Amino acid sequence: MSAELTATRVARFANWNVAIIAITVVVLIVAAATVDNFGTSQNFGFLVLDVLPIAIIALPMTLVIVTGEIDLSVASTLGLSSAVMGYLWNANQPIETIIPLCLLLGAVLGAVNGFFVTVLGLPSLAVTIGTLALYRGLAFVVLGDSAVADFPSAYTDWVTGTIGGTPFPNVLIIIVVLAVVFGVILHATPIGRAVFAVGASEQAARFAGVRPGRLKFWLYVAGGLVSGLAGVLWTLRYSSARADNGAGLELAVVAAVLLGGVSIFGGKGALAGVVAGVVLLGSLQNALRLSDVSNEALNVVTGVLLIASVLGPNLANRLRRN
Amino acid sequence: MTKRKNLAVMAVLALALSACGGTTKSSTEGQNTAAPTNTSAKADPNAPLKEGLKIAYLPKQLNNPYTDVEVGGGKVAVGELKGEYKLVGPNDASASSQVSYINTLIQQQQNVIVVAANDPNAVCPSLNQARKAGIKVVTFDSDAAKTCRDAFINQATTQGIGESLVKMASELAGGSGEIAILSATPNATNQNSWIEVMKTELAKPENAKLKLVKIAYGNDDDQKSFTEAQGLLQSYPNLKVIVSPTTVGIAAASRYVSASNYKGKVAITGLGLPNQMRKFVKDGTVKKFALWNPADIGYLAAYAGASLSSGQITGAEGEKFKAGKLGEYTVGADGEIVLGPPTEFTAANIDKFNF
Repeated sequence: MSAELTATRVARFANWNVAIIAITVVVLIVAAATVDNFGTSQNFGFLVLDVLPIAIIALPMTLVIVTGEIDLSVASTLGLSSAVMGYLWNANQPIETIIPLCLLLGAVLGAVNGFFVTVLGLPSLAVTIGTLALYRGLAFVVLGDSAVADFPSAYTDWVTGTIGGTPFPNVLIIIVVLAVVFGVILHATPIGRAVFAVGASEQAARFAGVRPGRLKFWLYVAGGLVSGLAGVLWTLRYSSARADNGAGLELAVVAAVLLGGVSIFGGKGALAGVVAGVVLLGSLQNALRLSDVSNEALNVVTGVLLIASVLGPNLANRLRRN
Repeated sequence: MTKRKNLAVMAVLALALSACGGTTKSSTEGQNTAAPTNTSAKADPNAPLKEGLKIAYLPKQLNNPYTDVEVGGGKVAVGELKGEYKLVGPNDASASSQVSYINTLIQQQQNVIVVAANDPNAVCPSLNQARKAGIKVVTFDSDAAKTCRDAFINQATTQGIGESLVKMASELAGGSGEIAILSATPNATNQNSWIEVMKTELAKPENAKLKLVKIAYGNDDDQKSFTEAQGLLQSYPNLKVIVSPTTVGIAAASRYVSASNYKGKVAITGLGLPNQMRKFVKDGTVKKFALWNPADIGYLAAYAGASLSSGQITGAEGEKFKAGKLGEYTVGADGEIVLGPPTEFTAANIDKFNF
């Protein structure tokens, strides 16, 4: 009896979403108190810029993973978007045309993934590993090994700048808007309910009138679109359009999403947890770097977090079931 | 809306936007290349060198033997200057990975950042942020854009290195035949500018019989360089010389050739570290190669940074400063400070060098 009671109590605490948000808050407080220069407004700006691409790509990725699929081509989409941006800029196209075209390109690349996964019914892991290589390859075809750097300062300054005299970076607006949009879609609309339903059981969802294929297709399009946007922002932030931009970023994105409590098997997850996961990853790296921790140790920390992100929710679930 | 309609709307939107013109490359030309506005600062040649300066080194990537020697020289100089030495850097030499390190150094209020830029522009915004915070920025090895650093320590002039590489290749090839280049990453600023000079040199009539057949990239990775060297020899059976202007590449190529039946038939030359190349010089694989003393680059950078931070120089052309055991240096055009001509290493002199 008392053992059962303890189990229920543990289960209540074992909600990974709550846990990850709590851990993130604790890490932020400890870092601000113990790491020199962590709590400054300037560092806050750096932190936001560092997590920007991971933060925005993690949002659509969350929805994709909740349906039980995955998209590993996001970083290559970012790179191709960046390469095309550089190519068109070199071709003397106006930036006001290039940016929407790069977003459109991202959406199209996402649609290609969606087509293979939903229309041809291929496993998303295989498809997106394929397009990971394909899109990165295309990026090198487009821009080769060169870098394009001379983007208009009005745009690059906006990306690295802050809102008025406040310490809040301009790009925070983009993160917040996208987080709200995807949060509302996932947690407050029929689309979101369909996403969870498909992730829990595609068969059952189908009987309930959801069209999983169509849903997934559009989620891939959204993922591509946001990755295209990330490519544009990356290019402007570093004033450097290159085919190798964002290489390897897909792992950080998946890590952040899993760390945020989204089940890799689909059906479970909350966007608030993912946002906390992104902040946790970003601020840990930032704080460790400020404390002069070596790169190797940084990689170890990221690795441990990744494992924790898979173990943590599993453990939490098991405790709850007991 | 259907899919098709959605796409059509987006396409029309894009076309409409392009029709009304906007900001293009040619309309912004010249805008981003404004000179830094530190002309108000005045150099005081008699200002004493400050003690306790925090001088941080940010090489292209850590754990590279050449880099270790460079920053080692820096550490010695920072010790002489009674400053605080720090070394940070990424494990990969990608374009943007240095930016968060620069940001961290700004937060830690360093006095001088000595950086070898992986991408001349990607580091610019953050380097300029550092300079706004009063940090002096000295680049070495691979320069950042001129507008975002105070001085650049050049190991030798680009022209001088390119010329000496072609000269060595020509001597080793006996004046005619096929040669190939094994470079580092395709984006490395320094490598590419040397290769440009080499191409110009090769176009001259006296080098008309030398034929550059291929530029391969080993990404400054030992194994990749090794396989690239192997590939070059297999694809070009008449190859006479591999010129590798990178310490990682030349060592890997020499290792391959010394253990293969190409030994004695194909010459390797380029830029290498005497300690890494000693055995290949001794076993006859490599007849000659060149380099400056990398420890001196890091050393000179520390003194340049300290002189900047102390107000002795501002980075303007013609200013002079003393660099410890290296003697007096003069700042050249665009804040460039040239270490000196490269040294040629052969079996006769290699034992005099230990780095």
